[in-house]
Amino acid sequence: MSAQGTGNPEDGGGAEPSEDRLEEALEHVDPAAEPGVVEEIEQERAREGVAEAPPAPDERWREAFRRIVSGGWAVGLGAMVLAVLAGSLMIVVTDENVQAAAQYFFSRPGDTLAAVGTAVGGAYSAMFQGAVYNFGADSFAQGIRPLTQTLTNATPLIAAGLGIALAFRAGLLNIGGQGQILMAATAAGWIGFGVTGVPFPLHLLLALVGGILAGALWAGIAGLLKARTGAHEVIVTIMLNYVAYYLLSYFLATPGLMQAPGSANPKTPPMQESAILPPLLGDRYPLHWGFVLALVAVVVVWWLLNRSAVGFSYRAVGENPRAARVAGIDVSRATVSVMLVAGALVGLAGVTQVLGTVTTGFGADIDAGIGFDAITVALLGGSSPVGVLGAGILFGAFKAGGSAMQAAEGIPIEIVLVVQSLIVLFIAAPPLVRAIFRLPQPGPRQKRPPRRRGAGGATTATAEVSA
Amino acid sequence: MSATTVDGAPATVPERPERGRTVSTVTWKASIALAVVLALYALLLLLAPHEGDARFALSTAGDFFQLPVYVVPGLGTAWLCGAVALVMLVVSVLATRARRRTPLWATAVFAVFLLVGFLAWAAAGSPRDLSVVGLLGGAVVLAVPLVYGSLSGVIGERAGIINIAIESQLLAGAFTAAVVGSLTHSPWAGLVAAMAAAALVALVLAVFTITYRVNQIIVGVVLNVLVIGLTSFFYSLVLVPNTETLNTTVRFERIPIPFLERIPVIGPVLFDQTIVVYLMFLVVPAVWFALFRTRWGLRLRAVGEHPRAADTVGIDVLRTRYRALLIAGAVGGMGGAFYTVVSINQFNREMTAGAGFIALAAMIFGKWNPVRAALAGLLFGFATNLQNVLAVVGSPVPSQFMLMLPYLVTLFAVAGLVGRSRPPAALATPYTKE
Repeated sequence: MSAQGTGNPEDGGGAEPSEDRLEEALEHVDPAAEPGVVEEIEQERAREGVAEAPPAPDERWREAFRRIVSGGWAVGLGAMVLAVLAGSLMIVVTDENVQAAAQYFFSRPGDTLAAVGTAVGGAYSAMFQGAVYNFGADSFAQGIRPLTQTLTNATPLIAAGLGIALAFRAGLLNIGGQGQILMAATAAGWIGFGVTGVPFPLHLLLALVGGILAGALWAGIAGLLKARTGAHEVIVTIMLNYVAYYLLSYFLATPGLMQAPGSANPKTPPMQESAILPPLLGDRYPLHWGFVLALVAVVVVWWLLNRSAVGFSYRAVGENPRAARVAGIDVSRATVSVMLVAGALVGLAGVTQVLGTVTTGFGADIDAGIGFDAITVALLGGSSPVGVLGAGILFGAFKAGGSAMQAAEGIPIEIVLVVQSLIVLFIAAPPLVRAIFRLPQPGPRQKRPPRRRGAGGATTATAEVSA
Repeated sequence: MSATTVDGAPATVPERPERGRTVSTVTWKASIALAVVLALYALLLLLAPHEGDARFALSTAGDFFQLPVYVVPGLGTAWLCGAVALVMLVVSVLATRARRRTPLWATAVFAVFLLVGFLAWAAAGSPRDLSVVGLLGGAVVLAVPLVYGSLSGVIGERAGIINIAIESQLLAGAFTAAVVGSLTHSPWAGLVAAMAAAALVALVLAVFTITYRVNQIIVGVVLNVLVIGLTSFFYSLVLVPNTETLNTTVRFERIPIPFLERIPVIGPVLFDQTIVVYLMFLVVPAVWFALFRTRWGLRLRAVGEHPRAADTVGIDVLRTRYRALLIAGAVGGMGGAFYTVVSINQFNREMTAGAGFIALAAMIFGKWNPVRAALAGLLFGFATNLQNVLAVVGSPVPSQFMLMLPYLVTLFAVAGLVGRSRPPAALATPYTKE
């Protein structure tokens, strides 16, 4: 992230968070870098504020209302509303019935409004039914199927999102998700269909480890080049994307390597039964054990970032590499190792794709844009593991709902991209959302004079590093 | 992108004081990179020897005088070129031992000879002529969006705003040029509309990054997704049903420049192009001049390096950044227009296909200098076209590896020759006036 001091109040190592600290932390928070943090601090402040000075009941209600509407979730809701409105506008403008009714808008405006309602309502209803629960289904078991599709879609997004987010926390922009997914899929797929005679759990494990290692190594190249030669990771990862794509294309087009025997298509043979991630809820649902692996990854990354020395070194390097080096952290080593871990996580996404979602053989487009979607997921999730989990599921739902909407209403699925990107954009700019909805801006409090920065001028991050 | 300021790997960069106060840094990186490339080249010749003659055609029909078709033995020429490259490698090693940098001419000679050797090897035994004019001319054309895109990046980033949204500027430009060009039947209108549309994208970037101080990488990435979504959505719902009226443009014609276009090799490559290419020849030096020789450029760079200092001397940081981004957007839009009013005559879903990211790479490759970034863009264009030309000649290398080549070369170049790129100091940091 940017070299701004982004303070996280939890980083103080068990120190009791005081009002002053929070106030200070809030000043230094870069809401773009860590969208969650502002809200956390707000809530913390709100809790303490109530405890410390109980105002008159009337005053208290007003104060409570003010806090609610200036809080983080209000902004999140506002961002969703704005994005959905923009999506609705796109649907309305291009809907033929609306256009037809708008011809005679001034004689019968009701028709136009009804057409608008039908178009927008139909679209979002189809989307919800495609992503969460299908009301038209006969039984609950069938109706809930879309939700499992959502979680299946979310699996690689969460895993890859974690990889991008982790690199992000160490100040590295990993645009190489595509390449890492492709290489992981190559390795896992090769083991998955090529190795024979290995029994079920062992074969699966082998393919899993092989794929994750391949992803880690592919990202590790970028980390190594960055650390050893200073090559910019953005260039290197972009270039590695292309290299991976053409490498896999070559494998797929060459009989005897990865091309399915007896076929001229650039596609692999199907995976063997013993290498496939078993379904999580029975054969009726698409959801497979890859989702559990993604959840495990969330926990691991959370632990790594918040409870381990290695994760601390990543964050320190991300906040301020110079300070980290002064504090005795080996920046080169941290760069290489964070890319290895990030690549492993992105690799997990590729592995779940070929061993869980698409087990009938894959082509060079197996990454399905996940490498780039994951960047948005990581950004929306504020680069925190739990945030990535939520953002991944949300995007998975959009994906599932978007294809249902395309099938049912003929609205191109790309509208989902628009809504997704607008949500991220608006959430990243709380002042804009507050201005649009006329929510109060959380300004400096009146009850105490504005704090000056101490002589140290230390942001929490640098203080933490030098401590 | 504070990542670029990571001062890692001090161990590989030994610093030795020399001759009093002069400090020179010498690394073996360049030599190692050259050696690796040369070794790969030799390996290629050894493993896949390719008998026969290579035919290089240098002239086209309209030239002042005709150069003959050069017929050389493929493998022999390839080894000869390899030998020259080896000499350059020795030069590099000697220079490094003498604690000097590898001279630029040595690298250039190395690259040119290896390229000629590679071409000779690849074209050996083919009955068809390898058209040098086609190779270079196509490279210039393919480089157009990359050059404009990288210039857009340079202008924005010199003012301190990371521009990951180059891709979206190109795409928005291509879409708008297609629609406006089709409606008006004028490529000029399409070009202007593309510039406006890309400037609009840049304006969104500016509002969010400068006014609302949102993380610049977030906005850039999100804008790319947003523009892909918008253009694809309207393409399938509006352009596809109305292809005749909304998505069939009139393309710019080639304008051969009299006299100049008849110079052998150079003429057809540089002086028989469309107006958008000629504009590129003008815009690159213009941007360089504006950035490094005018008051505007000085202020812009000051804002990108040290906004507080710039503010102190009375420069309006925010306004400077806004203006820079708008200009950058307009330049990027010209590259976008290339797709729909120069290259082909209609818009397709996601037709820029990652060119914006290659332009970003070209910009970093060119170390935030317009001329170098443009040269890097040309290199990428050349590498892409090399594959096309060799496919015609019939290359023994699987096409996937030929397609991979430009990216591998970039990797080696970035790791070995360019090294640590230093972005403008205030890149990615929003400015708040105190």
